[in-house]
Amino acid sequence: MNRPTRPPAFDRRHLLAIADLDPAEIAVLLDRADGYVDVNRQPEKKSARLRGRTVINLFFENSTRTRTSFELAGKRLGADTINMSVGSSSIKKGETLIDTAMTLNAMHPDVLVVRHPESGAVKLLSEKVEAAVINAGDGSHEHPTQALLDALTIRRRCGRLDGLVVAICGDILHSRVARSNIHLLNIMGASVRVVAPPTLLPMAIERLGVEVHHDMKSGLAEADIVMMLRLQLERMQGSYVPSTREYFRFYGLDSEKLAVAKPGALIMHPGPMNRGVEIDSAVADDIDRSVILDQVELGVAVRMACLDLLTPKIEATE
Amino acid sequence: MTGRPLAFVNARLLDPATGLDAPGGLLVRDRRIVALGPEIAAGALPGDTEIVECGGHCLSPGLVDMRATSGEPGHEHRETIASAGAAAAAGGVTALAYLPNTDPPIDTVAVLEFVVHRARKARGVKVFPYGCATRGAAGTAMTEMGLLAEAGAVAVTDGNRAIGDPLVMYRVLSYAAGFDLLVVQHPEEPRLADGGAMNAGETATRLGLVGIPAQAEVMIVERDLRLLELTGGRYHVAHISTAAAIDAVRQAKRRGLAVSCDTAPPYFALTEADVGDYRTFAKLSPPLRDEADRRAVVDGLADGTIDVIASDHLPHDQEAKRQPFAQAEPGIVGLETLLPLALELHHQGRIGLLDLLARLTQRPAELLRLPLGRLAVGGAADLVLFDLDTPGRIAVDGFHGKSKNSPFDGRPIAGRVLRTLVDGRTVFSAEGCVPVEKPAGPMPTG
Repeated sequence: MNRPTRPPAFDRRHLLAIADLDPAEIAVLLDRADGYVDVNRQPEKKSARLRGRTVINLFFENSTRTRTSFELAGKRLGADTINMSVGSSSIKKGETLIDTAMTLNAMHPDVLVVRHPESGAVKLLSEKVEAAVINAGDGSHEHPTQALLDALTIRRRCGRLDGLVVAICGDILHSRVARSNIHLLNIMGASVRVVAPPTLLPMAIERLGVEVHHDMKSGLAEADIVMMLRLQLERMQGSYVPSTREYFRFYGLDSEKLAVAKPGALIMHPGPMNRGVEIDSAVADDIDRSVILDQVELGVAVRMACLDLLTPKIEATE
Repeated sequence: MTGRPLAFVNARLLDPATGLDAPGGLLVRDRRIVALGPEIAAGALPGDTEIVECGGHCLSPGLVDMRATSGEPGHEHRETIASAGAAAAAGGVTALAYLPNTDPPIDTVAVLEFVVHRARKARGVKVFPYGCATRGAAGTAMTEMGLLAEAGAVAVTDGNRAIGDPLVMYRVLSYAAGFDLLVVQHPEEPRLADGGAMNAGETATRLGLVGIPAQAEVMIVERDLRLLELTGGRYHVAHISTAAAIDAVRQAKRRGLAVSCDTAPPYFALTEADVGDYRTFAKLSPPLRDEADRRAVVDGLADGTIDVIASDHLPHDQEAKRQPFAQAEPGIVGLETLLPLALELHHQGRIGLLDLLARLTQRPAELLRLPLGRLAVGGAADLVLFDLDTPGRIAVDGFHGKSKNSPFDGRPIAGRVLRTLVDGRTVFSAEGCVPVEKPAGPMPTG
């Protein structure tokens, strides 16, 4: 069994944003995750790496996939993992984010995995606790582990990130996944395009180092990777987009639009998919090109790597 | 099938696109212009050519009207697509952009296709529908602009209603820019105009009517121009009527923004004084303004700030106008008075004939991205032959449209349409000229 070795230098207390990282740090995270992919494919998946440690999944926003993925990652490393879903009820009770952080801090967790609907909230919380904090998604800001698992998926399929053309399509405006991916891909030397109607693009997005397209045909031309984003249904009733029908016609990924990408271009989606809205079922289920389930699989490995690499730092300061 | 060639000889050829203003002739074959110039003359043509002796009258591209409404679907008693087409042909208009304020409004592909189908069946002038920018022209949720454009919408607009909410307008401009679609705005701050019946000022005060301030126009125009700086794309101000708004457009053009605007004849031919004693035929939206604004419209046309003169044709039955002023419907018919009223500016020496015609032909076609509005070899033979100088009077009784709501009855004019051709087929011919050809054979497709 290929047991992970002791972490090389990853000198950070928290993982809050991809934009903070340099190429070497990203490479360390991906390399470590790569090792865990093999572990996860064996019948015996559990290690003792984090035995005795406590990981709290603190979710201020509904999530099934990401929370499960982190929960599994923690358990496979032997940590005591608990989930706290802080719904609107606590907020109604008047407890502030900082109160919640202080309360949890008193219980001495080792890692806090935090998702929050407001951009910047995870960073604010990280300033008030002693535990390592992993951002599991904050508002429209960042979702670092998603970008890392996307990068790992690409790297394992294509052997590299450098020099690839990646088209990120859909609701860029509200997407933390898009922002984290734009940063990561740029840091690692890929060239990034965003493809969306102008109403779903944030202002000055080109300043983040992307090429802007409003037309799928030009945006997907010769792309190596097509990354689709989820579009929330309530945004398709005339405010940002006129209708799901129109969205699918012009921005939904189908085989016709995909035909302009490179032959064998990979199709990615962070899930959950709206079939027939942003992606055609035939394309989503194309086993030769769709790596959507690989993304889910590698997500666990990436989160194990993050928990692993962030834990020793705490140990050293104890 | 090769038809018999048709030659116009001894004409004054006028083509704003090329600056042509010279005597000559023009040859039409198979619905297209095949030649033009001094060499097209009687005696120099094949024997089977049908010859139209123009007597030195003006032959120009058919007018492209950027703003016309009819009652179809929904209010066919006011006007149908066919009757609007007849009025257009009589006015020298060979193509019109059809406003979406029908009932139901043109906010879905189904209604748009209905209009296209009805227009094709009428076989008159060319009809290019607008699509609504928002559903039901209600100013809240965007329409399926991309699908509407694919189905043939030339631009998006809420027609005679303003998109008042700035966030909605921001999104409309932004989304339309993604499809390179022109957004046409009715420039009136809806809350300020609410309940207003005429231009705000002394006349409204004397008449005891609720006024719409001129500022309501410039506020929307300036707001939209600021949004346009954010969104990019193409923005067009419809029936501009005030000095301040015209100046805002002038400045924006200097800044390089993709903005254009049109006006309609009442805004340079009439003022609020024409409301007189509660004349509902002088009730328009936007309202007739004061003399300073009227002069600004003329200046804007002369210096090119105003790109287009449109008819703003809005038919109403008698009952809609036979009401107390505040309750009467705004709007007048305009298709049959568009050319002679526009020519007043030429006769007054305010604007050159070619420049004037550019605002009626080439420029609207360019804005709507239509391959029309010019005398081009290989282009569609959409033509108007008109008498520039013979004096006459506007006679509402002689109008070809269904509704006669015009304030211009009896107005002395010089400028009369003699003949109108669409794709080389005569769709209008003035009394004493050749008879109009009835459509024959199968309907052309496309």
